[in-house]
Amino acid sequence: MKKVKYRHSTSRLLLIVALFLSFTVTSFAQDSTDVEAGEPATAADAADASASAELGDPEAGKGLFNSLCAACHKPYSASIGPALNGVTLRHDKEWLYAWIKNNAELRASGDADAEAVYQEYNGTAMPAFPQLSNEDIDNILAYVEQPEPEPAAAATGGAGAEGGEGSGGGVSVNIILGVLIFVLVMLLVVLFLVNKTLKNFAAASGVTLPERPSRKPIWQAFVENQFLVLVFSIVVLLGVGYFAYGFLMQVGVDQGYQPIQPIHYSHRIHAGDNGIECKYCHSSARVSKTSGIPSLNVCMNCHKAISEVAPETATAEHSKEFYDGEIAKLYDAVGWDPATRTYSGDQKPVKWVRIHNLPDFVYFNHSQHVSVAGVQCQHCHGPIQEMEVVHQEAPLTMGWCINCHRETGVQMEGNEYYEKIHEELSKKYGVEKLTIAEMGGLECAKCHY
Amino acid sequence: MRSLFHKSLIFVIIAGFLSSCAGDKDRNYQYFPDMYRPVPYEPYGAYNIFANEQEAKLPVEGTIPRGWMPYDYEDTPEGRADAKANLKNPLPYTEENLTKGKALYTVYCAVCHGDKGDGQGTLVEREKILGVPSYDDPGRSITEGSVYHAMYYGLNNMGSYAVQTSIKERWQIDHYVMNLKDKLEGNPERSFQTNTVTQENSDNLNPAEPAEDLSEDQDETQSEE
Repeated sequence: MKKVKYRHSTSRLLLIVALFLSFTVTSFAQDSTDVEAGEPATAADAADASASAELGDPEAGKGLFNSLCAACHKPYSASIGPALNGVTLRHDKEWLYAWIKNNAELRASGDADAEAVYQEYNGTAMPAFPQLSNEDIDNILAYVEQPEPEPAAAATGGAGAEGGEGSGGGVSVNIILGVLIFVLVMLLVVLFLVNKTLKNFAAASGVTLPERPSRKPIWQAFVENQFLVLVFSIVVLLGVGYFAYGFLMQVGVDQGYQPIQPIHYSHRIHAGDNGIECKYCHSSARVSKTSGIPSLNVCMNCHKAISEVAPETATAEHSKEFYDGEIAKLYDAVGWDPATRTYSGDQKPVKWVRIHNLPDFVYFNHSQHVSVAGVQCQHCHGPIQEMEVVHQEAPLTMGWCINCHRETGVQMEGNEYYEKIHEELSKKYGVEKLTIAEMGGLECAKCHY
Repeated sequence: MRSLFHKSLIFVIIAGFLSSCAGDKDRNYQYFPDMYRPVPYEPYGAYNIFANEQEAKLPVEGTIPRGWMPYDYEDTPEGRADAKANLKNPLPYTEENLTKGKALYTVYCAVCHGDKGDGQGTLVEREKILGVPSYDDPGRSITEGSVYHAMYYGLNNMGSYAVQTSIKERWQIDHYVMNLKDKLEGNPERSFQTNTVTQENSDNLNPAEPAEDLSEDQDETQSEE
């Protein structure tokens, strides 16, 4: 009964057009700023030619850094290990070669500097990198010693402009509608005024308007025609019955339910764009009755490393600042301080709002459907990987369950344990492919007990 | 004429009210809600009896969930080195274990470590998480024990997967990770073990799993043959 999805399709369309336009505009803007920013950078590079030649090729270093070092080091801020920008000033190169290739050996040799660094970062051992040549290390050092780029002003500016233009599109639609309504109202008023003036004018100039001949009132004619009354009452009864049935059938059905969650978690970004498996977070769907709401440490598996979203993750509806704020909410709940990278131990539960909920008199088991039957999550939950805010896609009524049990076939191949019973049932029902219903999937006590 | 106009106006307003009440932010009304609402505590429910109203809780200090065994190695660099050198996979290297390990690997690991174990998962390619090493990284030279240790406690930016997987599942993943490492290093495929080997293993090379659990599994595999 509650059709709530895909409202305002015209305004959405206009928004998309506006967004598209804004993207093209901002991308042009970014291009131009990039070019401008690029010029002085190359000039600076030329000036620093001697330094960079000494250190190697930063481009080659970037690849190595991202694959080998970035797990624990960031160029410009401390992570698990120290920030690497300026490391060549803190230590000489021979020491760095020795440290990177095998820091445990260096520490064992009694090097005081090495021991000091090791202790400063809580005795977290850095793995050895014997595969790196001195040249490779030079390249990596060249990459991390590049001056820190200006905060991406172009990108944030672009996002701001995007948001502005996006909302601008919505406003202009509203303005157009308002103007149209205003014009229509004005037209009506003008018509009434003209009518009134003409009547006044006629009265003033002594023109008598022809009077309408009185007729039998229409309701009286209707009541006198018994056949018409009969047909009318049948139609009314049918209509009332139709709507009353529809009304009663939707009682207790929450299809389309889309509550606001305490943290704006976007399934579109996680399951859609980044392709994270549903079962990564909802891991108990494999093995238990409930699908499981991930505990916050599962969020922190990734969000230890991801404390802010990339600028391109932002959409017209939700800005980068909005998403970053939601990640901050997670950090607050789990008690993680991103600056010191430690847990404070002060945890708050996140009160997620349950969307899919079966009445207590129904038994439903996720693992039976997910692991045994191999049903895709989307089969019941809809295109979850496209949902920014999750809503209940299926009605979750008994008719809906039964329908699927009638239509879905049972996986009979490679299931030797049940071979005999499958054979017997196939013979009994005279079919080659058994459905869930024929396996007893419609028995009341399967789900109600 | 005028009254008809007024009536229709009122009708429109009422209809507007009705449709706006049936919003998507609230649940629908229920008939006999006593039948809908559970008497016992539901998973993930919020009840006053619990601290923070949180029903989902960790096991009490000093207790373990059923089917779970304590893990002896500590979450320290020394414990890690110890596990790397001494901890061995108690599960036999069978096709079934490897297939299950692959399925679990695809769910939990591949998103960062890549389907081939080369550290090029989706999140790495999209530059969300960086610095995921390849399994054949010579500086790390991973072993069965070190892989299990990393899954159990997490390592650096990698979190612990002890919540999402059972002991057996982690060892199955372990087999598949070592299989990927062999492939990346170009080593010959390890041949599958048979049930006789399983028998020897089950004596107790399994410090982390209750013995009856394993023997049940063997019964199953034997009855299938």
